[in-house]
Amino acid sequence: MSLLLLDDLSVTYRIASGEVPAVRGVSLGLEPGTALGVAGESGSGKSTLAMAMLRLLPRDARIGGRVLLDGEDVLTMKWGRLRAVRWAEASIVFQGAQHGLNPVRRIGDQIAEPLVVHGRARPEQARRRVAELLEQVGLPAWRARGYPHELSGGQRQRVMIAMALACSPRLIVADEPTTALDVMVQAQVLTLIRQLVAENDISLIMISHDLSVLADVCDRLAVMYAGRVVEHGPSREVFHDARHPYSRALAAAFPTVGDPASRLAPRGLGGDPPDPMRLPGGCSFHPRCPVALDGCSALDVELWPAGEGREAACVHARPKLTEAGEPATTAGEAP
Amino acid sequence: MTEVRESVAGDGVAARGALLEARGLHVEFASRGRRARAVDGVDLAIGAGEIVALVGESGCGKTTLARTLLGLERPASGSILYGGTALHYRSRALRAYRREVQLVLQDPMGSLNPRQTVYEAVAEGPRIHRLAGEQEVVASALARAGLRPPERFFLRYPHELSGGQRQRVVIAGALALDPKVLIADEPVASLDASVRGEILALLLRLRAELGLSALVVTHDLGLAWNIADRVAVMYLGRIVESGPVDRVLTEPRHPYTQALLSVLPESPERVVLTGEPPDPTRIPGGCRFHARCQVLASGRAADAGVDGRCRSESPAVLRAVPDAQAACHYAEATA
Ligand SMILES: Nc1ncnc2c1ncn2[C@@H]1O[C@H](COP(=O)(O)OP(=O)(O)OP(=O)(O)O)[C@@H](O)[C@H]1O
Ligand SMILES: Nc1ncnc2c1ncn2[C@@H]1O[C@H](COP(=O)(O)OP(=O)(O)OP(=O)(O)O)[C@@H](O)[C@H]1O
Ligand code: SF4
Ligand SMILES: [Mg+2]
Ligand SMILES: [Mg+2]
Repeated sequence: MSLLLLDDLSVTYRIASGEVPAVRGVSLGLEPGTALGVAGESGSGKSTLAMAMLRLLPRDARIGGRVLLDGEDVLTMKWGRLRAVRWAEASIVFQGAQHGLNPVRRIGDQIAEPLVVHGRARPEQARRRVAELLEQVGLPAWRARGYPHELSGGQRQRVMIAMALACSPRLIVADEPTTALDVMVQAQVLTLIRQLVAENDISLIMISHDLSVLADVCDRLAVMYAGRVVEHGPSREVFHDARHPYSRALAAAFPTVGDPASRLAPRGLGGDPPDPMRLPGGCSFHPRCPVALDGCSALDVELWPAGEGREAACVHARPKLTEAGEPATTAGEAP
Repeated sequence: MTEVRESVAGDGVAARGALLEARGLHVEFASRGRRARAVDGVDLAIGAGEIVALVGESGCGKTTLARTLLGLERPASGSILYGGTALHYRSRALRAYRREVQLVLQDPMGSLNPRQTVYEAVAEGPRIHRLAGEQEVVASALARAGLRPPERFFLRYPHELSGGQRQRVVIAGALALDPKVLIADEPVASLDASVRGEILALLLRLRAELGLSALVVTHDLGLAWNIADRVAVMYLGRIVESGPVDRVLTEPRHPYTQALLSVLPESPERVVLTGEPPDPTRIPGGCRFHARCQVLASGRAADAGVDGRCRSESPAVLRAVPDAQAACHYAEATA
């Protein structure tokens, strides 16, 4: 059974000027002990998706669908149960949270907080656990007595990971854990994350706009565009042989050093990222799509099987097209 | 410990064809009562129409070097030459120089004033330099930066633009003064992957169409591969390896460059350097990289009989020549 199953998850923010459909019907599964990467450009709904998984969204957000953690629906569970689940079973490393560490509290106390709050440990036990956690993320135990400003960006990110590990969760959701870190420091943090997943049998959902990093760390990849998953499959295949033109553009944006094809030939995607309040009709990607067909502006393409364990939401990934470039089948039907 | 050679002044052959050049450059800051040698002996030349990438970890001195090249920072010793003439820091000369050599800042949100229209932002430089025909100057700069038709963007505010468009406005601001050299500090770091390629392609086009030279500061080696002719790798205030991109990034000779390349996603064997980039207030003696050097640590330097020199003798400052070169005893001994 999947450890986590998202079933037609949708999130709509309500703001003064209207509604923002940030996540629009996402279905994904995560097997125990595996890592899933979620990629996509800014505003595509990655963080919203992550927060919806643990019901951490603001009040004005409307959520639809189901989030099954070990078969139990997070969206309908009671508060008490939800609180227990949030730390002990699944924990999240928020995007940019390393900047949100309390500047006047000792690092050790901040790491110990979830342990104490969740009644897991007495102060003495908590201290020992903190030392253990710090060691696990490659920081010396004496750092517990220090304050956040004494740490570099990479070290703060390690502290955040230690906090997420505190209650030995089975699932960690890490939202952009290495963005804005320097190459070598990023490599250190990624090595740490890889180790934790491999050695502690933790499942991981890692969010990043950097497809190349995700492909390196995760077993499977989901690429989001305008609130939807437009491609999903084994990492290497999605990265090297994408079926959706958006994933292809995203992959090409990270050149492989040494590859003659990208030498003095930066590749990107024309046009502007979509505004979720004014999504184009048909396939939301069609205005920027280099291979759009006439029908794409009218046809809302859903995910479609695209090879072994793969799915893509593009007419080109679908089996047959008629001469005129019209898809042979209509949208919305089940694969 | 011996300093082999600081810099050879007037290296005629090397400097031929250089449009902008740093010679024997040292830049220092007072930092908590100590001296931070942020730039610690750099010779670097940028030829006419050449794109040079300056890469290295956070804090290694890239921005300081760039700011000094722009005349925004005064060197403790050494000089900046433009067209073979040393830069004077009298206000008149500096003003003329700043028309020719333009800075393109990272983070367009931070460098654009949110209450200024696109027109006002781009017109600022031309006004300071009292250029005639302001409106045409602004329109043509916007068009060259790929914002077409330019009039459509005149009255927009930064928040009404996408990230890529904002970065184009920043570039247009620099282009409005008809510079010969652009110095771009992380020009795409804050942009989405899909948009990055477009901005990089713009820099290449400006070089092709206007013969612009550029120094691109980045910690992204893929970016260097995408657009630069030459690359200079900086470590703790010094260039430790430089040369043609095709050479340096495919056959790196300095252990530091080798480590940087090895942590790119998909490299076969990772060399993850531990620790944070070291501190410019305590530059180690001998080779400044020796405490983190994997070649020294693995005993390969000893096998080549250079380990003693690694610890006691600073490799010579690299000269401002276009050929591939590395400031490393081991690379020299095994060449
Ligand atoms: N609290 C909120 N209220 C209203 N709209 C929101 C809120 N949070 C996010 N949004 C909008 O929802 C969409 C998805 O945002 P989200 O933060 O999930 O994107 P993301 O993929 O994580 O982007 P990034 O890569 O920049 O972190 C965006 O259009 C965003 O403006
Ligand atoms: N005005 C200043 N006063 C004191 N120290 C400074 C100043 N500017 C820079 N430094 C120090 O000089 C060193 C080089 O900084 P610099 O900003 O040039 O690095 P960088 O390579 O551009 O780093 P990044 O990739 O993080 O932008 C750093 O140790 C920094 O702390
Ligand atoms: S000189 Fe020695 S210590 Fe320095 S990089 Fe070369 S091998 Fe390493
Ligand atoms: Mg986000
Ligand atoms: Mg910098």
